[in-house]
Amino acid sequence: MSGAWEIKGVRPLGGDPTTLYVEGGELVGERPAGAQSIDADGLIALPGLVDLHTHLREPGREDAETVATGTLAAALGGFTAVHAMANTDPVADVAGVVEQVWRLGEEAGHCEVRPVGAVTVGLAGKQLAELGAMADSAARVRVFSDDGKCVHDPLLMRRALEYVKAFDGVVAQHAQDPRLTENAQMNEGEWSGVLGLAGWPAVAEEAIIARDCLLAAHVGSRVHFCHVSTAGSVELVRWAKSKGWDVTAEVTPHHLFLTDDLVASYDPVFKVNPPLRTEADVTALREALADGTIDAVATDHAPHPLEDKETEWAAAAFGMTGLETALSVVAAAMVDTGLLDWAGVADRMSVRPAQIGRLPRHGQPLEPGSTANLVLVDPDVRWTVDPRITASRSRNTPFAGRELPARVIATFLRGRPTVLDGKPA
Amino acid sequence: MNRHLLSAADLSRDDALLVLDTAAEMDVALAGRSIKKLPTLRGRTVVNLFFEDSTRTRTSFEVAAKRLSADVINFAAKGSSVSKGESLKDTALTLEAMGSDGVVIRHSASGAPHRLAHWIRGSVVNAGDGTHEHPTQALLDAYTIRRRTGRVEGLNIAIVGDVLHSRVARSNVLLLSTLGAEVTVVAPPTLLPVGVHSWPCAVSYDLDAVLPKSDAVMMLRVQHERMTGGFFPTVREYSRRYGLDAIRMASLPEDSIVMHPGPMNRGVEIAAEVADSVRSTIVEQVANGVSVRMAVLYLLLGGAMDGAAE
Repeated sequence: MSGAWEIKGVRPLGGDPTTLYVEGGELVGERPAGAQSIDADGLIALPGLVDLHTHLREPGREDAETVATGTLAAALGGFTAVHAMANTDPVADVAGVVEQVWRLGEEAGHCEVRPVGAVTVGLAGKQLAELGAMADSAARVRVFSDDGKCVHDPLLMRRALEYVKAFDGVVAQHAQDPRLTENAQMNEGEWSGVLGLAGWPAVAEEAIIARDCLLAAHVGSRVHFCHVSTAGSVELVRWAKSKGWDVTAEVTPHHLFLTDDLVASYDPVFKVNPPLRTEADVTALREALADGTIDAVATDHAPHPLEDKETEWAAAAFGMTGLETALSVVAAAMVDTGLLDWAGVADRMSVRPAQIGRLPRHGQPLEPGSTANLVLVDPDVRWTVDPRITASRSRNTPFAGRELPARVIATFLRGRPTVLDGKPA
Repeated sequence: MNRHLLSAADLSRDDALLVLDTAAEMDVALAGRSIKKLPTLRGRTVVNLFFEDSTRTRTSFEVAAKRLSADVINFAAKGSSVSKGESLKDTALTLEAMGSDGVVIRHSASGAPHRLAHWIRGSVVNAGDGTHEHPTQALLDAYTIRRRTGRVEGLNIAIVGDVLHSRVARSNVLLLSTLGAEVTVVAPPTLLPVGVHSWPCAVSYDLDAVLPKSDAVMMLRVQHERMTGGFFPTVREYSRRYGLDAIRMASLPEDSIVMHPGPMNRGVEIAAEVADSVRSTIVEQVANGVSVRMAVLYLLLGGAMDGAAE
């Protein structure tokens, strides 16, 4: 039942109030007969959010998340499309696995699931996976990543960058030099020295980004960088873009908001890869997202069961949940600070990630003829994050107890509400 | 004092002096007794929770607790979350259910005592966590320095060796600077943490330049895994540049002391003739460790010096 909807008094991209009409999965110009009416006075409409970086954990770690629970969390967070990362068990490195994940998404119906294919077999960094087969499958994979591991071998990376051009794919690099980060536990800086935790230096990310910008330019490919986390990475991406190279980058909400001093608690809820960095990095990342050097916000939603986080720091898993808090964290970091308006949020959380992932039906203008993938946001409400109340199966949110601005009231996927009144529809 | 002793940074100057003064009183109180026992912690239970083998530190805490008449349980936890044994949290809940008043924990993971303190009501004493801290070692070192030289404030103290991985160094830099000493850490640049310049100490790569003005020199153990980890070319080169031999010792001021937390690598960071010299406090450090740990347990577990609180 896609139904017909009349959304009254809504402010598209935070502009002047108007009424939007939905029918047959699209936005239409006139009120459809029998439309159900939503009073959206005071609400902002954005194109449905698109996440380039989501760990849905299925197949393999259904105790942490499933496609169904993860995509419901995504819908509640305002997303209409998520890219499911390949580091599942089995790894999404063949057409069969990506098709399975895609189908599970279709069946759940909360959100469009775009599987990410592994670059190398088993994420092992030795041999290219069958990228073409995944691209040609029903899942139509366009983004390839060994996320969690860096494609470190420069020749293999070059070949991957070249190969995916045949089907307009992109390699999303997890930039982390493995030798410089052996056993790394947190950002290398003043706090790692004090806390006695092995450091993850910024150079380990920046060296790979610099190399891959040069490689992409050399072979004329596009390259995307996952979760950039340092001021130096921002400088490198800015430099590559100034050369006209086809380089894009994403930043996570947590890297826009949290800093490495939080590790002093030794609470592994703050353990994440790449690690939380310094205030100077946060400032640089925010400015880069504002000026477009960083193209997109991506959650790196990484659910983990309690027992993998209720441990001593070194034994804990890396990762934080993010789907249900992403828009609010971006509102706090970027909108409340005046760095982005809501049109800018729409661009960085929907339009550009849809372009990078090659999702033609997402990130479209809110006008007749567009697919009705959209989200209604109350910008004025503030709420407190409670990890016990999540659609995600996991609770490892670093924002627990924080009061954040803005809430998702409704999400529409192809004209059908997945969320209404802030609850699953 | 805080309820726990997790870091030397938990101790204010007054707290630290109180521990040192209490340790001195413990020595005095025991000196005249044929039976070396005080009744102050009778009926209290202290658990030695050791995830890492450390016979000397565990024994030191055990002797300290027993001299205060506490009941001591040695809980040698073989596994850890890392090795897929019982989790730290489950161990903590078990100890909590058994009614321990204080837990002395040694763990290979930095911050494990902080997590433990989260899960239990009793006091937690950090007996060494990973490459983070070892606050009672710093207290016994400060106590040793004070007994030998009469003071800590204003002294120049060099800490030499693998500062990057040393919990002894971290705790000593914090505590000795709190007590007013001028601390210099000396190491090859590969064995200093990136953030060391924000620490309350000076930094040097040159041991020979530092020794002539050092009132105390603390030599850190070179762990075996560092010898092959590429932090320095060879053990011999390390020893030549950063080891304390008799020739170097001769450049120290007349009353300077030489310290080592043990166990020593004789011939690597310290030559045998230095370790056995009159300047060496190494054996005293062991003895003082018991006194200082008695003071810490006494102050944290709320004992009474005269036994009146029983």
